[in-house]
Amino acid sequence: MIYVALLNGYMPPGGDGLAPRLAESVPSRLEHLPVNFDLSAYYSPERGQYNATLILAHLLRHLPDSNAKIVGLTNVDLFIPVLTFVFGQAQLNGPGAVVSTYRLRNEYYGLPASPSLLYDRTVKEIVHELGHTLGLVHCRDYSCVMHASTYVEEVDLKEARFCSDCSAELSDG
Amino acid sequence: MKRKKKILIVDDELSVRSSLEEWFLEDGFEVETAENGEAALRTMHNAGPFDVFVIDIRMPGMDGITLQKRVKEVDKDAAIIILTAFASVDTAVEALKLGAFDYITKPVDPDDLSHAVRNALRQRELSEENVRLRDKVTEMGLASPIIGESAKMRQVTEMIDAVAETDATVVIRGESGTGKELVARAIHARSPRRFFPIVAVNCGSIPDTLLESELFGHEKGAFTGAQYRRKGKLELANGGTLFLDEIGDIPAQMQIDLLRVLETKRFTRLGGNQEITSDFRLVCATNQDLEGLMKEGTFREDLYYRINVFTVDVPPLRERPEDIPLLARFFVEKYARAMAKPVKEISAEAEAVLLDYDWPGNVRELENAIERALVIGNDRDVQPVDLPFRVEREAKRPDALALTAVEEMHIRRVLRERGGNVTHAARALGVDRGTLYNKMKRYGIERE
Repeated sequence: MIYVALLNGYMPPGGDGLAPRLAESVPSRLEHLPVNFDLSAYYSPERGQYNATLILAHLLRHLPDSNAKIVGLTNVDLFIPVLTFVFGQAQLNGPGAVVSTYRLRNEYYGLPASPSLLYDRTVKEIVHELGHTLGLVHCRDYSCVMHASTYVEEVDLKEARFCSDCSAELSDG
Repeated sequence: MKRKKKILIVDDELSVRSSLEEWFLEDGFEVETAENGEAALRTMHNAGPFDVFVIDIRMPGMDGITLQKRVKEVDKDAAIIILTAFASVDTAVEALKLGAFDYITKPVDPDDLSHAVRNALRQRELSEENVRLRDKVTEMGLASPIIGESAKMRQVTEMIDAVAETDATVVIRGESGTGKELVARAIHARSPRRFFPIVAVNCGSIPDTLLESELFGHEKGAFTGAQYRRKGKLELANGGTLFLDEIGDIPAQMQIDLLRVLETKRFTRLGGNQEITSDFRLVCATNQDLEGLMKEGTFREDLYYRINVFTVDVPPLRERPEDIPLLARFFVEKYARAMAKPVKEISAEAEAVLLDYDWPGNVRELENAIERALVIGNDRDVQPVDLPFRVEREAKRPDALALTAVEEMHIRRVLRERGGNVTHAARALGVDRGTLYNKMKRYGIERE
């Protein structure tokens, strides 16, 4: 079972339909889970961003079942200490991940808003981070959802699905 | 399966270490971390070698620059990326001058980090590939085909074909200069291990004191003058073939060590305690009578039986005189090409001299003789006078050759010049094809 936690009620475009859409890509049962906690505790004033590692650690306290996995979704700007930002963070082969839509929005890059593009990017990033929790590492196939992307343009290039090699690895694992 | 790249992250801040660790794990790396320079060197010793190092410049105790120097002492091609705060860019520049591949400032843009690591890996792969290609070029320069149509050489070629595909240990026996190393390389080139290196060691030409380090490698500081860690030939032959030439010259103590490696495929470098596994095929060569050495007690019986699985005997040149013209021709072409000279013919008189000589130094002596002839000769064909004094003096005079031998030699030569075309050769020789066929049959000359 995988829980999609919409943090503090944050709902991206099409958010209410995320779980069924994700289930098309991820071979597991998915459910929405309301999770509320104070994110300001994880705010870094020097960086003006939120610490993804600490948010993820807190999120895991809300995991209803120790055999399940949880992916949190937020709209705040995430960082990990050594990097300027992250789209998301996951525990490789672990129970949790967190994804932010902050830098997935067109407006962040001075472009007109595009709810459909944001929805697609959000789905891809969630599937990507869930892939890590399922033990997958970055894939060289640029169209595979596990391809590493540090730009939204790279996110747009890939598809919301695992390539045949990654799918095979998921089946073997 | 492709080996995962290994990365060592050195930073005193736990949060930096763990976030970089997560990041690189997701990128498919095998990751180790260390909180300071001392711990990094220990990790390097216990879990190395690493493909990339990410080192924080400012750490309590040993700083990043010092650590970088220490890492380079052990692995001079180490790909090092220095992590620095904006304020210490000057120090980062110093790191670059000392051989760091790149530096990145904290916090790092994820794309910059990916680029820096990818480029560092590429750089390391290129330098490793460079070394491999150099070795390959050297190997190709050394490699010559096995030349010979005599029955004895055909037998050698058949044996090579028979044993190459197997993983059996081979002992090649033959006098000095008969081409034992060529046979070893031919076995390797036709074996499933051909995509990995063949590593040759001449046990007779290396002093006993150095042979051990040559074979087993050593750690930095294992003995005076051991400034760097050095991989031994056993380790370098991993996946490929280890060719031990003059195996009869291996000192007694090392025979024991070698036997242990052959049985377990495991060993340690001199001065080290990390056990290394190497999977190689052993091919040995000797010009000595190993059984005689065994009876004398200078060659261990257990080692002898361990290596003596398959034997190839390379005949001396005097036992296959019919190959001499072919070999001479091959060397004329080889050296003419190397010296950018036109390819010359070997005069009938010179060929007769070559045929009548005993060649105690075997093919190597013949090769040297032809090289010399090409260096000192002018543009005319190779004449007896161009051959080394010893060859000319010791050879019987051409007029002492039997008429049939001269006839056979001449027929072979004309056939060769006409690409094996019997009709053209017969015309050049002034006989009809039937006569030529009869003579070819008599002399055992096969149609090409």
